[in-house]
Amino acid sequence: MTVLALSVLVPMIAGTVLSLTASVERRPAAAATAFAATLASLVLLAVALAHVGDGRTVVWWGNWPPHGRVVGIDFAVDGLGGGLALFVTALALPALLMAGYAIRASAQLFYGVCLVFVAAMVGYCLTGDLFDLFVFFELMSVAAYVLVGYEVRERAPLEGALTFAITNSVGSILFLFGIGLLYGKVGALNMAQLGHGLQAVGPSGLVCVAFALVSVGLLVKAAVVPFHFWTADAYGVAPTPVLILLAGVFSELGLYGFARVFWTVFEPALAGHHDAVRAIFVGLGIATGLLGAVLALAQHHLLRMLAFVVVSQIGLFLVGIGLLSADGLAGSAIFVVGDGFAKAALFVCVGVVTHRYDAAGERALHGRARALWPLGLAFGLAALTVADLPPFGAFLGRSLIEDAALSAPGWAWVPAVMALVSALAAGALLRAGLRVFRGVGEPASRDARFTSDEAGGDEREDVAVGVPAALAGALVLAALVWGLVPGLAQSVTAAAARFTDTAGYAAAVLGGGSGVAAPVVPHVAGPGATAYLYATATLLGAGVVAWLGVAGRSVPRTAARAVDAVRALHSGHPGDYVAWTAGGAAVLGALFALTLR
Amino acid sequence: MTVLPYLVAAWLLVVGLWGTITSRHLVQQVMCLTVVQSSTYVLLLAVGYRTGGYAPIVSSSVPPSSPFVDPIVQALALTDVVVEATVVAVLLALTVQAHKRFGTVDPDRLGELSG
Amino acid sequence: MSVRPRTVAALLALAGLAALIAWAASELTPFGTPSGPANAIVRTLVHERHAANTVNGVTYDLRGLDTLGEELILFVAALGSAVLLRHGRGEDVEQERGEDERGAARTPDALRAAGTALVGPLVVLGVYVVVHGHLSPGGGFQGGVVLAAGLLLVYAAGQVMALKRVEPTALVEVADATGALAYALVAAAGLVFATAALENFLPFGTTGNLLSAGTIPVLSVAVGVEVTGAVALILTELLDQTLLRGGE
Repeated sequence: MTVLALSVLVPMIAGTVLSLTASVERRPAAAATAFAATLASLVLLAVALAHVGDGRTVVWWGNWPPHGRVVGIDFAVDGLGGGLALFVTALALPALLMAGYAIRASAQLFYGVCLVFVAAMVGYCLTGDLFDLFVFFELMSVAAYVLVGYEVRERAPLEGALTFAITNSVGSILFLFGIGLLYGKVGALNMAQLGHGLQAVGPSGLVCVAFALVSVGLLVKAAVVPFHFWTADAYGVAPTPVLILLAGVFSELGLYGFARVFWTVFEPALAGHHDAVRAIFVGLGIATGLLGAVLALAQHHLLRMLAFVVVSQIGLFLVGIGLLSADGLAGSAIFVVGDGFAKAALFVCVGVVTHRYDAAGERALHGRARALWPLGLAFGLAALTVADLPPFGAFLGRSLIEDAALSAPGWAWVPAVMALVSALAAGALLRAGLRVFRGVGEPASRDARFTSDEAGGDEREDVAVGVPAALAGALVLAALVWGLVPGLAQSVTAAAARFTDTAGYAAAVLGGGSGVAAPVVPHVAGPGATAYLYATATLLGAGVVAWLGVAGRSVPRTAARAVDAVRALHSGHPGDYVAWTAGGAAVLGALFALTLR
Repeated sequence: MTVLPYLVAAWLLVVGLWGTITSRHLVQQVMCLTVVQSSTYVLLLAVGYRTGGYAPIVSSSVPPSSPFVDPIVQALALTDVVVEATVVAVLLALTVQAHKRFGTVDPDRLGELSG
Repeated sequence: MSVRPRTVAALLALAGLAALIAWAASELTPFGTPSGPANAIVRTLVHERHAANTVNGVTYDLRGLDTLGEELILFVAALGSAVLLRHGRGEDVEQERGEDERGAARTPDALRAAGTALVGPLVVLGVYVVVHGHLSPGGGFQGGVVLAAGLLLVYAAGQVMALKRVEPTALVEVADATGALAYALVAAAGLVFATAALENFLPFGTTGNLLSAGTIPVLSVAVGVEVTGAVALILTELLDQTLLRGGE
């Protein structure tokens, strides 16, 4: 209890103390406090995870254990949840380091809000209560609204923060509405208790609609199509340290919440309908991946391109989760961590280049960053990781997802589409990297949709390069090391098998657990020949796409017009985005109602 | 009567979302968001109501053995109100800044981020 | 999307959503007959924690972790609004002085008198509501908002100069952070003095007395301080913007 509670309370206390003393601004002390608090949380989580080991730890806040039925709020920690919380704190450390270089004004308050943001994400990963999940979800979101809009002197960050806040608020209201419906039916808020209660109800209309509403809230945060519109706007304008956390874990936490809620709350009621659920979520994942990749290719604004690459990767994670098997889930988990480090490195590189040369487009930055070749190297390696380069962690995760898809009947085409998605996304990144860091080929053509693609300003000598370059290098190294950890695949698969073991989770939380059998853990071989085959195909594809882009070959007219129409939908207008969210919720609800009963 | 309060909640949700989507003024858009939020309050409180129940505050005239309205949903609604009021505060702060930077509060004319 | 497609899309989407929710709601138990464990919870809270106001018993004890999270949401949002509004303000500070005098001159005397007279009772009411949270309807959130309203009344009564003296921004920021910190510290104290975080470890006393229900009144006061600070901070920052604009 102590260790788990402190892992959340320490950053909270540190954050409030920093804000309390913000009027006497002492940057070095504030930075040190923030770093120390996050490190403490990381150590505590590592200790807790070691303690959890093969099982689950359930602790009750306020000393309110179940009295027949659950009354209090619990933290139910298993391997995947604890591991994700650990990853959050690990990624927060480089973010805080970058904050020292990137944030000019009110730095102490920034550290304070950042610490609360980290505490919220950790609590979110550990909790076992649905309303508590919602509260931490909201806390994460509000901290993110504030952090995204932090350097709000320009127009673009303002608009980005507005659309981000409005769209995510609508998502969370729908989430809460779903919680209300569930409470009305079952009278419980604890996830295990809800699952138990819904099992008696079965796949009824209310369950389908509540599932749709709750999913929409989580999928808006996860940036899954058609709830992803806010992503490019927010990621295109936020300060770099915030982007490290947003790109690395924020949306992935939406997917984690979705998986957790599905397996603990809804799976008991929907047990006979795995095929339909699989079809819907793998379909959404594929759609998200393709849309993200194609739009990344069409972008010339570097940060927006990265945002769409993030969206395409989210699609791939969702495919792994949507396959509803332990190895697919394990693959997604490993992929999330490996890819998270790579994305953080990408955002650091682009952030430094954008600030140093005061421009953000491929055309304006063409060949200007030649002197920053260490950053270019890190950028290139990270882009290759997106293209499934062995033996990075992302490659290991994807190989597990590919194996899971190949062994599930009827889903053998999925790895090929995944390869296509990554080839397109990585090709866009490589094209941008070659143009900006090496000046290869002709400057990009003028982008009609990108209004501020002027020549950019003079080089700003005051923007630090050394430390961020070292940081980017360290992040890429971490992505590599993650893939080399011995026995990772098998232990994460065991953790994933426990994650999908609904009966075991319910027994651990509600009591009466001795009669439940341990889950069957599939044996997972390391990446085989097929994995290397897909990796080679993706790398070659990415190379071809990059070469075509750099050589200035233009896309056929019809395709260009179609892509432009899709780009037009990303209008920056909050009302549009809310319309898409509501529409997506209605369609999802109707889909569930038709297929899950 | 048995389902009417839930329908009121659904109506508030839908009307608020309509306002948010079609609004031409950022402040109005944020206020429509509060209408959407209030639909969740109505739903939560309606779900917890017990006909003939007392408010869940015990005193000498209301012993613990009386029937009570659900206190948990009231606590949830309380949490809810605070959370969403503060989100509105952040949104309004952004709106004020938007007026300063863009010179307009019409979402149709913001148009800095597109594509 | 232009206005037409957006309107059509919205109509279709919202009609579908409404239909789905109405259909789901028809499966809920009829209004007035909840299925949850409400009565059992009330009895447990009264017998074990001696809290008369069981809503606050749920808020600060049973589901205290939710309240901690939500307190922090309030804290972050208030701080965030302040930061967001301040970053653009530096250049207009000189105008402030003139606006204050103009604001004071325009308020009618009756409003100024009534406002000034009511601030005191409002503050007393707010403090009463906060401190008696565990006994009667009210608590930290409600009382905190009443207290912040008292401060707003000072502005409405045209006493803008008094407002600047009564709560300079630094003071409300300190109140905001102190309240949040106090709540988190009480939560951690549960680890030190009892077995679980946020455990109610102070003596429970007799139901109905002012000193009863353990940590519930303590947390209620912490939340009251925090809410006052946060709401006052948000109001001050937004009001400063209005002053800069010409004191409407």
